[in-house]
Amino acid sequence: MLTFVDSVNEAVSGIKDGSTVMIGGFGNAGQPFELIDALMDCGAKDLTVVNNNAGQGDQGLALLIKEGRVKKMICSFPRQSDSWHFDAKYHAGEIELELVPQGNLAERIRAAGAGIGGFFTPTGYGTMLAEGKETRIINGRGQVFETPIHADVALIKALKADGVGNLVYRKTARNFGPIMAAAAKHTVVQVSEIVPTGGLDPENIVTPGIYVNSIVKVA
Amino acid sequence: MSIATSIQTSDKPLGRDDLAELVARDIAPGSFVNLGIGQPTLVSNYLKPEQNITLHTENGMLGMGPAAEGDEIDGDLINAGKIPVTELPGASYFHHADSFAIMRGGHLDICVLGAFQVSATGDLANWHTGAPDAIPAVGGAMDLATGAKDVFVMMTLLTREGASKIVEACTYPLTGVGCVTRVYTDKAVFLTGPDGVTVRETFGCTLEELQELVPVPLRSAAAVAG
Repeated sequence: MLTFVDSVNEAVSGIKDGSTVMIGGFGNAGQPFELIDALMDCGAKDLTVVNNNAGQGDQGLALLIKEGRVKKMICSFPRQSDSWHFDAKYHAGEIELELVPQGNLAERIRAAGAGIGGFFTPTGYGTMLAEGKETRIINGRGQVFETPIHADVALIKALKADGVGNLVYRKTARNFGPIMAAAAKHTVVQVSEIVPTGGLDPENIVTPGIYVNSIVKVA
Repeated sequence: MSIATSIQTSDKPLGRDDLAELVARDIAPGSFVNLGIGQPTLVSNYLKPEQNITLHTENGMLGMGPAAEGDEIDGDLINAGKIPVTELPGASYFHHADSFAIMRGGHLDICVLGAFQVSATGDLANWHTGAPDAIPAVGGAMDLATGAKDVFVMMTLLTREGASKIVEACTYPLTGVGCVTRVYTDKAVFLTGPDGVTVRETFGCTLEELQELVPVPLRSAAAVAG
């Protein structure tokens, strides 16, 4: 059921210790900073976080990692010039890393939302990221079996929602939002604007409201 | 005059910008192209409007324009290197799974990537040094390498220590197997494939001098064509 909540803290209040949490964003574009700050405040720990990166600078996901709340990162590109909090935890052996090629990350998330049990892809074939995985030759190409990534909760950012939870995004901030919304059991969205039902052109809806559980407007 | 000297097209090695200009010139009109982070990004400076090239960025856009400046800077509009960019008329946005389906589905004509090493048969190593204390980060490199119809590599031929980056077999962890089709370096352009390495042209050296640097057998494109 869709609910509109008044605060980001209320929006994330159901997140329990040990949850798998998908967090939208590629770099800072589309990263739901306010929801992540609320996740910090709510105290949930031992989290598995799915994001393209492992936080940058001293905000958002980087702080969650710094505070030791993340047990495991599933991501494609943890190492950046300003990923110092992740780097420190990794070198100290205090965080687990599942490194996934970016297209596999996206497709595994998509597969979860689409009810697909797994898929074969040439990406990663013959590399160390395919070690231990089932392979097949399909149409003459080596391919690797990859499984879906499900989540308990997705925290994403969109531009606008209407009264039934339909979403539109803005430019490259869309990135992981639509596929994470479909892959999680419970999807929380922070938006810049809530418009009346009928206020979004149905032809232009990117995420239909069926995937959305909780919406909060962030100034 | 030998065949070898006939493929020397410059009397000195090419600088990074000259090489970027050469790659840009080699991209067929109307192509859909992804330029990797670092040296490959320079190629965009030399694409001509009449080439009608569409640039893809992995974070979800076709029709990417030049880097944003001043008032154009918009945190919601960035490229794969997280640099603010602009949109051109005809641009489109899509989510990450669709963006990677564009790569993985074989829809991109060319990607241009940097590399640590390329093997004689086109294996690519460009994501991880394999050093025990290095934090591995792969991003979209493996998807680009296996998905684009043509994979061009841009790199210096030699490491700082003077070792050839074109090798019999990669010693760094692989990004993809048999995926590289061309290698643009400061000293030569190499064509790689199942049959080994062909030299299309050399810069500031003869084929014989190039062979002294590269530990795999080199053929001249002129001889192959001949």
